[in-house]
Amino acid sequence: MRNPGMSAKPLAFFGERWATFFLLAMLIVFSLVGRNFFAFKNFSNILYFATTYALLAAGETFVIVTGGIDLSVGFVFGFVAVCSSITMRDMFAAGVPDTVCMLVGSIVGLGAGVLPGLINGILVARLRVPPFIATLGMYGVANGMALNLSQGFPVTFLPPRVQEIGNSFIAYLLPGKAFTFFQRPLNLQPSDLRYLLGIVPGTVLVAAVILLISAFLLARTRFGQHTYAIGGSKDAAIRSGINVPSHLLRIYVLSSLFASLAAVLYVFRVGLGNFTTFSSSYELFAIAAVVIGGASLMGGKGTIGGAVIGILILMTLENGLNVMGIPSFYRYIATGLILITAVVIDQFTPERRASSA
Amino acid sequence: MPENFLTARRGRGGTLWLGRNWAFLFLLLEVAAFALLGSRFLSLENLQNIFVACLPVLLLGMGQTFVIITGGIDLSVGFVMGLGTVICAKFMFLFQAAGLPPSLSIPLAVLICLAVGLVPGFVNGTLVARLKVPPFLATFGMYGIAYGVSELVSGNTPISELPAEAGYIGNEYILYIIPRKLVSLILRPQDVSKLELQNMWTILPTVVVIAFAFVLIFAFVLRRTPFGQHNYAIGGSMDAALRAGINVPRHLTRVYVISSFFASLSGVMYVFRYVTGRADAGSSRMLDAVVAVVIGGASLYGGTGSVKGTIVGALIIATLETGMVNLGVPSHNRYIAIGVILVIAVLIDQFFPELVGRGE
Amino acid sequence: MSDLVLQVRGLTKRFGGLTAVDHVDMELHPGEVVGLLGDNGAGKSTLIKMISGVYHPDEGQILFQGREVRLGSPMNALELGIETLYQDLALAENLNVYSNIFLGRERTKPFLGFIQVLDHDTMHTESSKVLNSLEIEIPSLKSQIKNLSGGQRQAVAISRSIYWNAKLLIMDEPTAALGVPEQRKVLALVRRLREKNIPVIIISHQLYDIFSVTDRLVIMRRGKKVAELVTKDTTPDKVIGHMIGSEEVERA
Repeated sequence: MRNPGMSAKPLAFFGERWATFFLLAMLIVFSLVGRNFFAFKNFSNILYFATTYALLAAGETFVIVTGGIDLSVGFVFGFVAVCSSITMRDMFAAGVPDTVCMLVGSIVGLGAGVLPGLINGILVARLRVPPFIATLGMYGVANGMALNLSQGFPVTFLPPRVQEIGNSFIAYLLPGKAFTFFQRPLNLQPSDLRYLLGIVPGTVLVAAVILLISAFLLARTRFGQHTYAIGGSKDAAIRSGINVPSHLLRIYVLSSLFASLAAVLYVFRVGLGNFTTFSSSYELFAIAAVVIGGASLMGGKGTIGGAVIGILILMTLENGLNVMGIPSFYRYIATGLILITAVVIDQFTPERRASSA
Repeated sequence: MPENFLTARRGRGGTLWLGRNWAFLFLLLEVAAFALLGSRFLSLENLQNIFVACLPVLLLGMGQTFVIITGGIDLSVGFVMGLGTVICAKFMFLFQAAGLPPSLSIPLAVLICLAVGLVPGFVNGTLVARLKVPPFLATFGMYGIAYGVSELVSGNTPISELPAEAGYIGNEYILYIIPRKLVSLILRPQDVSKLELQNMWTILPTVVVIAFAFVLIFAFVLRRTPFGQHNYAIGGSMDAALRAGINVPRHLTRVYVISSFFASLSGVMYVFRYVTGRADAGSSRMLDAVVAVVIGGASLYGGTGSVKGTIVGALIIATLETGMVNLGVPSHNRYIAIGVILVIAVLIDQFFPELVGRGE
Repeated sequence: MSDLVLQVRGLTKRFGGLTAVDHVDMELHPGEVVGLLGDNGAGKSTLIKMISGVYHPDEGQILFQGREVRLGSPMNALELGIETLYQDLALAENLNVYSNIFLGRERTKPFLGFIQVLDHDTMHTESSKVLNSLEIEIPSLKSQIKNLSGGQRQAVAISRSIYWNAKLLIMDEPTAALGVPEQRKVLALVRRLREKNIPVIIISHQLYDIFSVTDRLVIMRRGKKVAELVTKDTTPDKVIGHMIGSEEVERA
């Protein structure tokens, strides 16, 4: 009997990797159509925004693979940003040396982020509240707290070095003149500043490392395997002896932690802390990216790499539209369209079948 | 009737009623609490304000009720509402500029808005029903698209300068009574002294009447017609519904159209009240709507829910907001309160299914 | 007899006013395949759920390998080596064959000296061995479960139990959702289990299967054991008679 999988093979190959191809196509189109797209500066811009979203998407990936969803990440982000920046501001005002402020502020931020995750996890894992509702409730609480703490205003007056660190690069290049690591070249003339190139922003490096670690975690360890198993069949996981409630708890804490990390990096980069407004759509982009990258909302599928590609697609889209002079709200339309396309493609991509026994 | 089938148990009569109507009792408690703590909370005016305040959530919740019963969800309603306000406002503005009298421009604009509002629902429904896109994702995508389109149409700024008559409808009442002096229907009495103005009773806000008219109609549809029955059936078991001969794809499409219809209706009400159209008018209301429906007894897995429950849910939220304003509590605490109520609602549903009448 | 793998005595379970299992006795020897039969509501599921730790008996004893056991939870039963395969098989559709066999007990190897990473190669090899020993043919162990046929899935589920040294296998309607060729394959598998001296209890409504693979039959009706027959000494008609009660009426 003819192997039915044969003719579907190329279709399956492209179908599964369509996101990557789409990204490449987009990059090509934009660089042809828009000027300055391929400029180095432009790419740095994309990277900056991408790091925040990528971290959110990575945390979301873990949750979505288990078949759940975390709608609170955007607001946890705001909450943590507010917490850590208030800590830094108040400590600095009290005269504490700025290195300590920043350190403590970061730790407080990360710590604050664990709490929403714990609550989400307990609600979902032990009290069996559907993830949609549990994290929805948490979004409300987190946002309310952030607003309370910040009184609705961005938190400023942070130690000045915060932004310095947040915007530093791993290496600096002054073409033809100097190349340094971690610090700007000494004896910089004002006229040199125009040509000074920063290579690999520090925050991007941190994010990249975290992303690599999480990809490793999901793909190659028992923890990751169990995550997929729970998403594939909760029953099977339970009966195989996997402690599902405890695992899910850890997953939701992880998701919040990623959001916290993104928030702390954000504070370092922009030098202030702000709660999240309703139309900020952090969750929208994070979840959309994860799905575009190949995950299924039913669980059991999805990768960190895919989520990152999803984010890159969305960021490139926004950036490209900007460069071409198209108003930015078109990105919402575009995001919606890409998302829907992603799911439809997923539906129609033939499975790679095993030949019949 | 599906509701009775699911909830009919040999009742320990008293406790069963208690559990099933916990939301309503909670509402009463809430009102009582604010009445005690606040000032003039139970005044006619304030109570009516609550009803006016609950409208956006209620209307969005109506559509959601239908969708959630089928086991789906519509995340686009917030921005379809915004789209509704923008289109309604834009056309009112255009017609006015073209010289049409308000008696024509307003109804026309409303009709156009409602008609356009059917499109997102149609698209959602097609995606979900025929292309088998999970509702969460399909409507999520639509959410983005609707937002983008409304920003596009509105040019990113709120649309104002609309005929004043629109505001008239939005902020007036059906009945005006000045004790022992006069009773006026719909038209606010002019030429009254200050003293008389203070003593005037205003009864039944117009927008509330209009909105509840639609609510009641669709409540009837859900409860008493085959369409409503099929809704519950699909939510209970899509397979069974299919095999019983129900045209599920067509039904689902209609359900999502109903949802976006209510979203645009909510947008129209918004324009009447605030005489302006903005793309983000509904953004904060969307999740409140889902909360209201869930508090009202629906399960996100489908098969249960009711209009009555959604009304109670919307009132609980509106009472909370109004009460907080009354007490002078900063409004962002409402998010915390609603989040907590939502989780409690689900927990009750989860752990006391016997109470809610769904026990094994 | 001391080589009894399982012995239940007077096992009883009540739900409210209903007695689902009424003082049932049963024995199982190594390498025996016993068919548990009865109409719907006869109490078969409840009986095996007590043996696999899902329910606690109200009365009676369970002796496993000669010692009395109290099964507090399904995990207890699993630890003792009592594996139950329900109809839904509890396999993770999105994982592949060897991942399912090792689900929950994955093999790992150290990476960079300190991190434990999944050891795919070892799991693949070990799974291959157990599948071969049961003469199961699955072309690629890397295929996801969702791409396998019903019979292949049963095979994977059974292999999993074998690999983890099941001492007693309970199968609930193993051939229910399968086509005829696949049913034959599963039955062949059960015979190979017998060769490995592992006792099997099969619940099934397919009399043909029961007759082709079991040594003994235990028939329940309304919670009680009404007959225990040696398969080759009886006929389907007699069996049905016991199931619906006409046998007793006749004899009486």
